Amino acid sequence: MSNAKRVDPAAAAELFIIRDQVHEPMHDRFLWATMQRRDKEAAAIPEWEELREIASKIKEHTLTHLDHYLEEFEANATKRGAHVHWALDAAEHNDVVHSILQDHGVKKLIKSKSMLQEECGMTPYLEHRGIKVIESDLGERIQQLDGQPPSHIVFPAIHKTRQDVAQVFARTIGTDPHNDDPHFLTEAMRNNARPRFLVAGAGMTGCNFATAETGTFTVCTNEGNADIGASVPPLHIASIGIEKLIPRVEDMGVFLRLLSRSAVGTPLTQYSSHFTGPRKGGELHIVLVDNGRSRRLGMPDFWHSLKCIRCGACMNTCPVYRRSGGLAYGATYSGPIGVILDPTFDEFKYSELPFHSTLCGSCSEVCPVKIDISDQILKWRRVMAKKGYLPLAKRLSFAVAGHVFGHPEEYHVIEKAAEPALDYAPHFLVYNRSLNPWARDRELPQLTKQTFREWYLANRSKHANVQNQS
Amino acid sequence: MPTSKISRETILSAIRNNLPQRQLEHPRIPGFQRPAGPLKPVFEQRLQEAGAAAHDVGSVAEAEAKLVALHPGAKVICSAVPEIAGTRRVETVHDPHELADVDVGVVRAQFGVAEGGAVWLTQEDLVVDALAFLSQHLIVLLDPSEIVPDMHAAYRRVRLNETAYGCFMMGPSATADVEATLVHGAQGARSLNVFFLPLRSA
Repeated sequence: MSNAKRVDPAAAAELFIIRDQVHEPMHDRFLWATMQRRDKEAAAIPEWEELREIASKIKEHTLTHLDHYLEEFEANATKRGAHVHWALDAAEHNDVVHSILQDHGVKKLIKSKSMLQEECGMTPYLEHRGIKVIESDLGERIQQLDGQPPSHIVFPAIHKTRQDVAQVFARTIGTDPHNDDPHFLTEAMRNNARPRFLVAGAGMTGCNFATAETGTFTVCTNEGNADIGASVPPLHIASIGIEKLIPRVEDMGVFLRLLSRSAVGTPLTQYSSHFTGPRKGGELHIVLVDNGRSRRLGMPDFWHSLKCIRCGACMNTCPVYRRSGGLAYGATYSGPIGVILDPTFDEFKYSELPFHSTLCGSCSEVCPVKIDISDQILKWRRVMAKKGYLPLAKRLSFAVAGHVFGHPEEYHVIEKAAEPALDYAPHFLVYNRSLNPWARDRELPQLTKQTFREWYLANRSKHANVQNQS
Repeated sequence: MPTSKISRETILSAIRNNLPQRQLEHPRIPGFQRPAGPLKPVFEQRLQEAGAAAHDVGSVAEAEAKLVALHPGAKVICSAVPEIAGTRRVETVHDPHELADVDVGVVRAQFGVAEGGAVWLTQEDLVVDALAFLSQHLIVLLDPSEIVPDMHAAYRRVRLNETAYGCFMMGPSATADVEATLVHGAQGARSLNVFFLPLRSA
């Protein structure tokens, strides 16, 4: 068991929901609109389901031959002049990056979005050592200026209103606090970021796909920020999780057709950039990072989560995520994919996450690489129960439920008993915000006067009262 | 042995110990049926949806006139194509920082992809990669006969082992990070215009 404090997603989600009448409905609406765009794009491709199946199989093939493809990728990238480093964990990743920057005397770094660098806590590590780190993706930059982690893997600041962003920019880069036009705010950040690209000593990127056949890695952005960082400073460092590998160039066609359609509902991102060795006049370093991935590969119930291509579709479709906001998960990865990834980093800290789900299964249905997300959520619940990580309230109620379901006669007594109990339980108790955050905005259905069992016994069983059937 | 080498061995051996029992085969990627018909209109429509525009230009003179009409105030036009001179040749640029003042960059794409309205640009086409990203606006010349139907065909066409940088560019820079509102010109080019101009025959 870790020493970390256990994350309480329901309590954090409640803060987001009760904050005002604006943030949570807006968040829900934007992400659902994104989902609808995804659905439209997916429906326009006759072979969509076949593509998902192929993508899933390519990833499963790669992961079951991962050692081979990593060696092939390393050999080809090295042949093309890239420096390839290996990092066991977050600490080693950060140390490798810091050493490269130090060797080149770099004091200013401009980076594009990388969930892996986020996972490693790289920015605070480097800033502690005197390196100025600037996020160049607009959403990431908003979050950096506000001192918050990203709340969504594709839309980092989606939980903020335009007024929130105007306030952050007014406070940090001196824009007019009353001008909250997204065009104005985007332009303000463009003008603020340009000089920073030009003075940066290094650019950092993440990676969407690493192709073993050629030693290429692909970075997909809509802003072009990764490309500026890679093409202007003399030094480019890319952090690549070892699960990003795919075998061949031909495979890229399948993944690029799925990625942006699933993520935002466009056929591609505006820029899909392929880096194979350093650019003319530049230097390229690649850091291959494990940080728990090889261990996850050995977990029979959970290794399929390594297929994830970080599109965020599971978050956009999730009724719990849309209403909770990403920050409620208290982890680098939020939403359904976060629920199954985060416990692999710290089972105790994230032991509540698997319960932050309705198990509706929509995440598994939209996943472009067919990860069995909702099944894994259920399996994580079992893990948490076995380890005794259930919160007290759930432990007690589950213990009672276990006993009652094992003894049908008691169930029938309790079922009838619950009805008058609910009649008399004061509304403020059942719907108390802090005792039961889920109850806000949700009314219990009316209990029927007759339970199903009573109806069945009366009407359908062999003991049925014949008169009742007339 | 440096730390990274030890880590390499540790990671690879951890992977080998943890490989799932069943070794799964690579699936075959089938050839998907495409609706018949010309690709150019599909490409143009997708390009527009991505926030870019396409123009038919009959000659180099027409292309130059179109460029001026689209960007009347442009002071620095940096060209990587022989057809259009511009005010600066990209071949004379030694350091990407020199491109910070470029108003319009002019490049030629090797081919377009109808499926997304994307064009394929490599380091060899750009000469200096940053030309595609520091330029405020981009003009991309494209031979209309060089359009492939989809990303599968596109990846059969690219030669990743022959270029350090290659990009499928679908339009101008875009973001939807503030209230999911689409805005063009986040960090890269503010606009992208494709001119259909066949390669000059020898």
